[in-house]
Amino acid sequence: MAGILDQLREAAEKLERRVTLMEVCGTHTHSVAGAGLRRLMPQKVRLISGPGCPVCVTPVDYLDRALALAAIPENLICTFGDLMRVPSSTVSLEHARAEGARVEVVYSPRDALDIARARPDQKVIFLSVGFETTVPTIAGALAEAEADGVPNFLILPGNKTMPQVMRVLVDDPELDVDGFLLPGHVSVITGWKLFQFLADDFNVSGVVAGFLPTDVAQGVLALVRQAVEGKAEIGNVYGRVVTAEGNTRARELVDRFFQPSDEVWRGFGTVPGSGLGLRPEYDHRNAALIEVTVPPPAEPVGCRCGDVLRGVIDPPECPLFDSGCDPDTPIGACMVSSEGTCAAWYRHERWAEGAGS
Amino acid sequence: MCLAIPMVLVERNEFEGVAEIDGVQRRISVMYVPEAEIGDFVLVHAGYAIGQVDADEAAKTLELLREYSDSMAEL
Repeated sequence: MAGILDQLREAAEKLERRVTLMEVCGTHTHSVAGAGLRRLMPQKVRLISGPGCPVCVTPVDYLDRALALAAIPENLICTFGDLMRVPSSTVSLEHARAEGARVEVVYSPRDALDIARARPDQKVIFLSVGFETTVPTIAGALAEAEADGVPNFLILPGNKTMPQVMRVLVDDPELDVDGFLLPGHVSVITGWKLFQFLADDFNVSGVVAGFLPTDVAQGVLALVRQAVEGKAEIGNVYGRVVTAEGNTRARELVDRFFQPSDEVWRGFGTVPGSGLGLRPEYDHRNAALIEVTVPPPAEPVGCRCGDVLRGVIDPPECPLFDSGCDPDTPIGACMVSSEGTCAAWYRHERWAEGAGS
Repeated sequence: MCLAIPMVLVERNEFEGVAEIDGVQRRISVMYVPEAEIGDFVLVHAGYAIGQVDADEAAKTLELLREYSDSMAEL
């Protein structure tokens, strides 16, 4: 690690101005905060977090709809655990479950499918949230449900994809991102070529990095070297795990079930083509088509999670951070999820005055 | 949420497999890693092997996971 940091300091000395580098992956957020990497950065390197936590960017009305579906007696909601405590306009799924709503936490969409097989009298609705890494697991469960004829397995589509929101980030005049640390496990599926548009269309660099603090530092070093040389390229320091093409077999199955859709991201509003909706031929598996009454969306008052996700403020700039909002009693989604930027800062960077600013 | 855990493939047919790490075994889908063989490390995410990983990279990722196991528990 020390060696990489020395190289980084040496490279950064040659920078003509301060550069802003953004990571867009919850596991990177965690790794950067856990190792105190932000404080180890040379003065000319600013490292910020973007919308890398899928739970955090999921808008409040998605949760509202999930809760409304859970209130129908024939429905059983299945979800990844990290959605349980996310606030909706009313209560969290965890709270609703405590009051009798049928909500089960599963490790895999396949577990939800198994529940559907075991309970043919119920509609089992999987909350389909997550980035490119996760979508193939949902497509796999859908393919099994189709092949085995399990009619009562449905999903509530809410998946998001990185490229379109990254275009919004590079266009944001408040941000001025010079380079991205690209998400390692998203890239396992998409291949690093997916991010070539950053260099080609925006002259912004990107490097796929692994998850150890040393991997992240290596990624930062590669980005700084590009900045020094005035280059904007897409690189990969995540070894042989990530290829240019990614997992084509997984992407083919995703394409069978999903098509690009306009999705709402917390902090960004609607971003055209930034998500994946179920194709109309699978309407029979689309729980978004079940009619329910959803309350008008209400975000927690004072919460600046949206600005944190856009990278325009660091968590301590939110008035609620550590003043009513903490991991035990989270108010905003960025504090709820352990990979949320606010939770990571709270655990590891709360005492670092001025870190990252 | 995009966390994927390196595990050793100990059994497989075309679609189904069993992967193991630290003595814990898990039934997984191997539909996305047709070329992975028994003994190989695969990256497991939400019950699916999404890619292959070499032993060095697997060891590094596992080191991270053990370091952060408490705070990452709910991922």
